[in-house]
Amino acid sequence: MSELMIEAEGLVKRYGETEAVAGVSVAVPAGTVLGVLGPNGAGKTTTVRMLTTLTAPDAGWARVAGHDVVREAKAVQARIGVTAQEATVDGMLTGRQNLVMIGRLSGLRRGDARRLAGALLERFALADAGDRIVKGYSGGMRRRLDLAAGLVTRPPVLFLDEPTTGLDPASRVRMWGVIRELVTDGATVLLTTQYLEEADELADRIIVVDHGRVIAAGTAAQLKAQTGGARLQVTLTTAHPEAAAALRRFAAGDVAVSQDGLHLRAPVTSGSGLASAVVRTLDTAGVSVDDVEVHPPSLDDVFFALTGRPADEHPTPGDVDPESGAGRSLATREQVLPA
Amino acid sequence: MTTTTLAPTTATTAPPLPVAAARTHGPLRKASDVAVLSARNLVHISREPFQLSDVTLQPVLFTLLFVYVFGAGVVLPGGASYKDFAVPGMLVFNLVTSTVGTGVGLSLDVNTGVIDRFRTLPMWRAGVLVARSVTDLFTAVICAGIVAATGFAIGWSPDGGVGRAIAAFALVLFFGYAVSWGCACLGLASKGVETAQALGLLVLFPVVFMSNALVPTQRMTPWLRDVTTWNPVSAVTAAARQLLGNPNPSASIHAWPMEHPVWAAVLWSIGLLAVFAPTATVLYRRRAAE
Ligand SMILES: Nc1ncnc2c1ncn2[C@@H]1O[C@H](COP(=O)(O)OP(=O)(O)O)[C@@H](O)[C@H]1O
Ligand SMILES: [Mg+2]
Repeated sequence: MSELMIEAEGLVKRYGETEAVAGVSVAVPAGTVLGVLGPNGAGKTTTVRMLTTLTAPDAGWARVAGHDVVREAKAVQARIGVTAQEATVDGMLTGRQNLVMIGRLSGLRRGDARRLAGALLERFALADAGDRIVKGYSGGMRRRLDLAAGLVTRPPVLFLDEPTTGLDPASRVRMWGVIRELVTDGATVLLTTQYLEEADELADRIIVVDHGRVIAAGTAAQLKAQTGGARLQVTLTTAHPEAAAALRRFAAGDVAVSQDGLHLRAPVTSGSGLASAVVRTLDTAGVSVDDVEVHPPSLDDVFFALTGRPADEHPTPGDVDPESGAGRSLATREQVLPA
Repeated sequence: MTTTTLAPTTATTAPPLPVAAARTHGPLRKASDVAVLSARNLVHISREPFQLSDVTLQPVLFTLLFVYVFGAGVVLPGGASYKDFAVPGMLVFNLVTSTVGTGVGLSLDVNTGVIDRFRTLPMWRAGVLVARSVTDLFTAVICAGIVAATGFAIGWSPDGGVGRAIAAFALVLFFGYAVSWGCACLGLASKGVETAQALGLLVLFPVVFMSNALVPTQRMTPWLRDVTTWNPVSAVTAAARQLLGNPNPSASIHAWPMEHPVWAAVLWSIGLLAVFAPTATVLYRRRAAE
């Protein structure tokens, strides 16, 4: 067992009546990525704030890079990089001025801070924008700058709070590449996300949080296994009485049919080669198919499997960046169709 | 000399991550943090120069308004020149009211996400506070210069010698600095920039007007005159008038602060600073710990 870089036991944070975090424990070995998966209001940000010394826990303890986050806050601060959910760069400065300032405030000498800022701008494809004022940056650029800002001290432990929420798909994929590179370099990462897909892409282990509690933990594969793997969705040209029966041999559970009989949905264990097999089978049965989709399980599916209710019951508006509107909103989740 | 681990090539191929070799303690490090944060404040000013209007345009405007509008109606005991009476008063008036900017600036500092970034850096926490007051002292010096220049342009004649004139400006700046910590408290206690601004003006305007800065106090109703006599703004203004060799009607009032205005001004400044600076630090810590 390798050394634990992030370790917390029974963290609790209350805001008045709300228990934002109600006893979260984590253990992240050096050089690995922990994905903290949960809907809006689950307590992800509050957990990150406690681990990064920004908020003192009401109960429980945490150690980061071997130092207690309350008693040895300074030592922790010297070893962590943080990319908060909200912008933490100065909009009135240029990207370069921000990075140099952060370097200087971390104790780097002026020349070192300048060189490091230049290198980071290059690395995050911000070299051209480096001398422009941050207020004019796009969402993706701002996120990359925020991430770069967290790397100025070249910390061994990184906290990334929803690094891709609000980004368009291309920026998201680019951000994934950047994060993967950091991991290759040996960083230990705690990453929060609302997307199972993202946790699956990046994390070695995932914890699922809901109402401030860890409701499941494991690898992405284990979580998916718990949720029945992928989801098959078939759209018919015209309703057909045999369709559901024909699909049953592929399904890992009940086949759901919509009221109009045009949409069918079923959990499946494996998605590979499934679509063509489904089309052939339905064809043979004389069912005319409009569309076949195999969806990897989403956070919603995980949630549904774990809690028996959809993730969108959490009333927290306004957390998804309204500007880009990217990112699948949990609120648009389809209801499970009656069988 | 410099750390070899910081070669740019390491950063582009990316960091196998030793903790940055950095000074983390000591007064030098604190001074450096304050310098960096003050530079940031100056960049902000350079981006929006109009921000500076309260220490550039406003002093010119108010000085002219008071000298020509009030000056026409105010009769000074002994027939002294209102112009010479008014300029030291305008110096205090402008320096005190412009401290509202400290509250506004700090309120901005603690209500935007940047504060969270600062708080995860191994920097001197109170640096944000100190840098704000350093920057505002700098703008206060500009403000004082502009009032003086405006005064000279309209025929103000100080008459106490260069040494005493410097002492007068230093005293007024010191007092303004002390008051700016009071505004810092307001800025840190309020939830938003607008509140910080409104609250600051709401408190400072009556304090400045109920003093000898703009009019002689001799003919005020007794209770109001007592208030003005013990108002720290009056002490500072009287001290400035005395040091600058300008008309100082308050000298004839029989009360300790008016008989010893320089001492009173120094003591008031130290007192305000002793109350507000620690309070601001506590408020800032609390605010930053949310
Ligand atoms: N500063 C705060 N004051 C009051 N309530 C808060 C505060 N921060 C978070 N909360 C509440 O705590 C809960 C968890 O929030 P948060 O940690 O931001 O969740 P997430 O990051 O998973 O969306 C939410 O109900 C939120 O409204
Ligand atoms: Mg959050």
